[in-house]
Amino acid sequence: MDLRFGVQLAIIGLTFFMLINASALLVLAERKIMGFMQQRYGPYLVGPHGLLQPLADILKLLMKEELRPKGADKWLFTLAPILSVTAAFAAFATVPWGAETTLFGLLDEPVKLGVADINVGLLVVFAITSMGVYGIVLAGWASNSKYSLMGGLRAAAQMISYELAYATSLAAVILLAGSLSLREIVDTQASTWFGVIPRWYVFLQPLGFIIYVIAGVAETNRAPFDFPEAEQELVAGYNTEYSSVRFALFPQAEYINMATMSAVATDLYLGGWHGIPLLDQYGLSWVTFLLKVGAILFAYIWMRWTLPRYRYDQLMSFGWKFLFPASVLNLLVTAALILYFNA
Amino acid sequence: MPEVVTFYLLAGLAVVASALVIGQRNPMYSVLLLIVSFAALAGLYIQLDAPFVAVAQIIIYAGAIMVLFLFVVMLLNAPQEDAAEWDRTHPLRRPGIARFGAALAGVLILQLAYALMRVNELEAPVGSQTGGAAVSSVRELGRVLFDRHAFAFEATSVLILVAMVGAVVLARREGQS
Repeated sequence: MDLRFGVQLAIIGLTFFMLINASALLVLAERKIMGFMQQRYGPYLVGPHGLLQPLADILKLLMKEELRPKGADKWLFTLAPILSVTAAFAAFATVPWGAETTLFGLLDEPVKLGVADINVGLLVVFAITSMGVYGIVLAGWASNSKYSLMGGLRAAAQMISYELAYATSLAAVILLAGSLSLREIVDTQASTWFGVIPRWYVFLQPLGFIIYVIAGVAETNRAPFDFPEAEQELVAGYNTEYSSVRFALFPQAEYINMATMSAVATDLYLGGWHGIPLLDQYGLSWVTFLLKVGAILFAYIWMRWTLPRYRYDQLMSFGWKFLFPASVLNLLVTAALILYFNA
Repeated sequence: MPEVVTFYLLAGLAVVASALVIGQRNPMYSVLLLIVSFAALAGLYIQLDAPFVAVAQIIIYAGAIMVLFLFVVMLLNAPQEDAAEWDRTHPLRRPGIARFGAALAGVLILQLAYALMRVNELEAPVGSQTGGAAVSSVRELGRVLFDRHAFAFEATSVLILVAMVGAVVLARREGQS
């Protein structure tokens, strides 16, 4: 009993550790991939192939002076980045990242890889992700600067608009799986059709997957939907007035949110940790999971350095007039087909 | 025992936050304290074995409605209320209206006292009367909602639609004039 408790604590700590490192690695990956796409090397001086560059960046930011504008709201200015990064970490709490494992036979009973497994797990992820907007909105308001305020307002409007399409595309998967627990949703995708094609929901929900990815990019405020911090119009948007550690927390929250978004996409549409039988045999199913998450994250970064930013009104009309109706249609068709085939 | 401790912690948080919502002069803080209060309520729902209600509370109230509140407060950029000015001029501070409010508050307190007195008469907690499962399982909750309470559910959705149409009509008229 005590051993189990200890192992569970260790898994929670490991998840936290992985998320922190994910944000650092993503900074590096972003700069490396950007460099590659622009035919340069990217960071390569600090450590082998620039591997220690994120560490250097963080140390530099820690040394910087912490500034707070005179007219800023004292409490909310400090609270905003904390809120952002807390929500980002907390959202991962119900995301499973590997099959049940005995850790290569070390334990008598298998443990679940993931912080918590509850029967409304998917909704918890959604609820906490939607709390993340407060950090950005408050940062925008508390800075007492017009650029920040515009960034905060944009973030609020954008996240409300895209949450609808996002949630509706999730609902279609919930209908198919008949469960709200992410672990159960993953396990319904374990088998294959005709012994070849894996039973992933991306094949049943191609439109839903595309809507999820687009809405996910908008939810995490990434290019081509990075309006809250559009440099050309708003200097740096909601984080214009921030410096030092307080500033560092915003990009960290953004990268962790990206990781969460990709992990949820993997669990929902790409069969989670299923797919490479060889790795499953040796209890390394989580490697499969990490590979898939890595692939989605690469696509995320690829998109950022390939597509130019939209115009703000285009973003709004695209979200409300195309993406949301498309996701409702997707949900209706899915529900009708399930009724037809189950009847 | 830990349940009692967390209950009083969450309940205390909810009450204090709600009281502070009214006490704030800055509408921005009011909105944030209301979110804290909602979050504390969600914690209480979890303790009552109703995780779905708790998550719905967070998604709908804290995640959607309060973001809209915040949005409106930021857009209007409401200034901090001037206490003395407010006390002198606000219509709610007129003696007649204040007395009416006091009477209403008295009725509310009486009602609460009556309800609290009846708690001991209940043989079983309310949740267990429906088997308890209806609250904790999403599947059961859906069945109850779309089966036994289907009419109320549909009526509510019509009500929300009416409110939405009303909002659109109001916004339109203002834009034209």
